[in-house]
Amino acid sequence: MSDVVICLFASAGFDKAAQGLAGAGRRLADELGGRLRAVVIGAGADTLALEFSRLCDTVIIADQAELAEYQPETCLNALVRLCSELSPRAVLLAGDTYSQEIAPRLAYRLGGSAVGDGVEVRVEGEALRVSRQVYGGKAQAVIELKRRPAVVWLRARSFAPAPPRAEAGEVTRAALDIQADMRTRVVERKREEQGEARLEEARVIVSGGRGIGGPEPFETELQPLADLLGAQMAASRAACDAGWVPPTWQVGQTGKKVTPDLYLAIAITGASQHMAGISEAKAISAINTDPDAPIFKHCRFGIVEDYRKVVPLLREKLAALQK
Amino acid sequence: MNILVCLKQILDPEIPARDFRVDPARREAERGSANLVTNIFCENALETALQLRERTGSAKITVLSYGQPSAEDALRKALAMKADDAALIVVNDGDANPDPLTTARVLAAAIRKLGTFDLIVVGREAGDWGAGQTGGLIAEELGMPCVSFVDRIESEGGQLRLKRQTDTGWEVLEAEPPIVVTVTNDEHNLPRIPKVRDVMMSYRQPLTKWTLDDLGIEANEARAGNTYYQVAELFIPQKETRCEFVTGDTLDQKVESFAKRIVEVTSAL
Repeated sequence: MSDVVICLFASAGFDKAAQGLAGAGRRLADELGGRLRAVVIGAGADTLALEFSRLCDTVIIADQAELAEYQPETCLNALVRLCSELSPRAVLLAGDTYSQEIAPRLAYRLGGSAVGDGVEVRVEGEALRVSRQVYGGKAQAVIELKRRPAVVWLRARSFAPAPPRAEAGEVTRAALDIQADMRTRVVERKREEQGEARLEEARVIVSGGRGIGGPEPFETELQPLADLLGAQMAASRAACDAGWVPPTWQVGQTGKKVTPDLYLAIAITGASQHMAGISEAKAISAINTDPDAPIFKHCRFGIVEDYRKVVPLLREKLAALQK
Repeated sequence: MNILVCLKQILDPEIPARDFRVDPARREAERGSANLVTNIFCENALETALQLRERTGSAKITVLSYGQPSAEDALRKALAMKADDAALIVVNDGDANPDPLTTARVLAAAIRKLGTFDLIVVGREAGDWGAGQTGGLIAEELGMPCVSFVDRIESEGGQLRLKRQTDTGWEVLEAEPPIVVTVTNDEHNLPRIPKVRDVMMSYRQPLTKWTLDDLGIEANEARAGNTYYQVAELFIPQKETRCEFVTGDTLDQKVESFAKRIVEVTSAL
């Protein structure tokens, strides 16, 4: 009852979130004096399980045909079964779409309590406490989970990875008799082209807001700048809602939570809901015409100018500096 | 088709950070001069349902809220946007911030009392506490499946087609009703602005009001906050970063030093 289980979908791979999740799990397991156990779901779980066996005490693979591709109800049923057998003190998940979709329901069926978007998890006496942003990032709350197990989905990329262990953990394959639940089924799956790397993994991000004014400058001005910097492109909610760029580009409280070394915000005012998505960036910089724009309060450096004048010139200067 | 949409009234999330205060003792935000508004994702949810009704031609939309008496305004606005029916469950005094399980239990009890629904639509999360659990927990209370982050719903011969956003793109799911769906924002589901005449008319439409007693919910059962989770602390983090504005006599000089700072940061880190 003092173990920690981390749940991963094989489709995401051994990314920064998976590593952060293992790091968070290890520290919590140490605090509780329990084991760290991983459950890896989906086709290709073998490869990921091998990586996790270096970080966890035990790894369970659940990759039978019914679980090969993510299906909400079937995956939920499988996780409920696996977690019930392990009876952990806490179940941790990453903050991806699938984890967010099933975590509260997993908690419900395990008789536990769930909370999401955690940036810190700690043990306080008998209780588990989770820190998270609320009110669109304007405030921080500490939530005390009353039931067991605690089911927490994390802003996993913000957590330091787990140190590798001397001895590899045991890897087993779950013998689950799971029926596919056909009440819902994914019939089409589309991955947007997002360069080589995913936004959440990006070291540098060039992001545009409402002030960009339309879809074209994203293509003609920002994209070439991003290419020069080896950066990924992102946008504010306003720019996504306007249909200028795909919704997968959205950064903020309800979009992606990113952790780049540099976040370059162009014509973004910096509403708190946007800032909530970049609070873990190492450095933020902005180009904005308004010196009082809230974004500058979070910036390490900035320039007060119209981006239309700055960006073309900036590309020239960067190209020259990179020579 | 019978559709139910849940709506939450919240403190306007657009208020500037400098005007935002919390009461650390009560562990709640202070109302201050902020307006109360319908949570945007709930409006996206209603808009998505309205568009589904327009495409199918025959569907009834009931809107439901659990909140302060003022939440009646959110329901009236939904009626003005052309929802058919509205019901409000008024929270007990001192229960201003029920936890996710309490909320889901109360809403599920009201949904059972209102009838049978093919589709229950809720926002993906609220702009105040942002727990993102109401949809999933209602599904569990009612024994229904749940699909999250949907931005478009179509009906085809008794089946539903749900388009939803994922981290890397989108998916389409087929689903058998009844089902719970949580809705996220998209360029196609920005909430419509009701006509002034419809806003006025909405105040003449009937609106069901219930207390927890009417739903047969014991006050202490609804206070599951003590057993699911509790807000232990609420505070505004103090984070001061001093922005260094690049200087220069000409635009060229300013951009030059801006470029240098970018190169410094990206190669040093």
